[in-house]
Amino acid sequence: MTEANWPLFEVFIRSRGGMSHRHVGSLHAVDAEMALQNARDVYTRRGEGLSIWVVASSAIKASDPGEKDMLFDPANSKIYRHPTFYEVPEDVGNM
Amino acid sequence: MYTQGLNSIDAHPTSAEDAEREARFQARIDADEKIEPNDWMPATYRRTLVRQISQHAHSEIVGMLPEGNWLTRAPSLRRKAALLAKVQDEGGHGLYLYAAAETLDVTREELVEQLLAGKAKYSSIFNYPTLTWADIGAIGWLVDGAAIMNQIPLCRCSYGPYARAMIRICKEESFHQRQGYEIMSTLARGTAEQKAMAQGALDRWWWPSLMMFGPSDKESQHSDASMRWKIKRFSNDDLRQKFVDATVPQGHALGLVFPDPQLKWNEASGHFDFGPIDWEEFRQVLAGNGPCSKDRMRARRKAHAEGVWVREAALAHAAKRRADEEAAKLAAE
Ligand SMILES: [Fe+2]
Ligand SMILES: [Fe+2]
Repeated sequence: MTEANWPLFEVFIRSRGGMSHRHVGSLHAVDAEMALQNARDVYTRRGEGLSIWVVASSAIKASDPGEKDMLFDPANSKIYRHPTFYEVPEDVGNM
Repeated sequence: MYTQGLNSIDAHPTSAEDAEREARFQARIDADEKIEPNDWMPATYRRTLVRQISQHAHSEIVGMLPEGNWLTRAPSLRRKAALLAKVQDEGGHGLYLYAAAETLDVTREELVEQLLAGKAKYSSIFNYPTLTWADIGAIGWLVDGAAIMNQIPLCRCSYGPYARAMIRICKEESFHQRQGYEIMSTLARGTAEQKAMAQGALDRWWWPSLMMFGPSDKESQHSDASMRWKIKRFSNDDLRQKFVDATVPQGHALGLVFPDPQLKWNEASGHFDFGPIDWEEFRQVLAGNGPCSKDRMRARRKAHAEGVWVREAALAHAAKRRADEEAAKLAAE
């Protein structure tokens, strides 16, 4: 196998106006230009999108699932960050 | 199904540490959590998935060939547009699945290489010829119908990227089956000759379609681990029975006769009984001795070899464009 491999890109699509771009999958392309064209053909054959972002997979830095507890547990104990933590007298009504 | 060729599960982990991690992994699966690419997973889970997803991907790609055979001979523009869209979808399915497999630390190129070297399997069904236009109807109705039966539970598979790919695929599959059934029903309501064509296609495709679900549960060695890992949710025989129960009334509605004298409704079980499957034929086809096995591999190898220069040229062009951009940037400074 002497052939060089095409790099991998991640594809994000905005499905409707007002929505954010959402990851839909990945594909191979020689550059970002071609990745956009391929994403159009592979991921939007039935009007699934209004806008496409592609990004080289190698450019993504992801958190380590092994560090999930260390990263996210500290937020779990901070219940005072939620509105339900606070009491509002009943006669005041909804706030 | 598209992964009939899975036959053995590798040996189990040995170290105590692995056993503990595997227990934690199993607990996550039992709690219906999804496993994601960077999560720890047993090596056998990874290998089973790579094999299953890549066989599935290869099946989608090779599956374009029997239908592609009729693209230029479709009887009307409407039928041609539909078939072209379907075949294009199958190519897309192959790509979604290769991408899902690649999250498990293999490259698409390696997987394609395995297919072209004859080391990887794909569904036995695509090794049968498409002799008449009615076969295109039968494929959509029966082959895509069987695929849907198998793929719907895979949408809940424990491995996130595979499950998500299956959801996309299932959304696209339903038109495939309906366009096939429409072809069959048009022929079945047509002239005597057209009806005979539809009947001939059913005769040819019925048994191979039942074989798509893979060996009988009594002989399927990999089912236990796959079930425990929630890669698989129903056994081969259960899915096959579901398919028979759903499909037979559809065939009767067309006024066609299934090529199985033992096929009959069983009031007591609430299912259709059907005759024995020719497992020797299944084994032969899966081993690469199907009527079109050699043709299919030859076609894939040819397409791959003839595409080398295109893939290389695209890379060279991208490199040149990058260099030009760099040079322009330097000149501007
Ligand atoms: Fe498909
Ligand atoms: Fe399909």
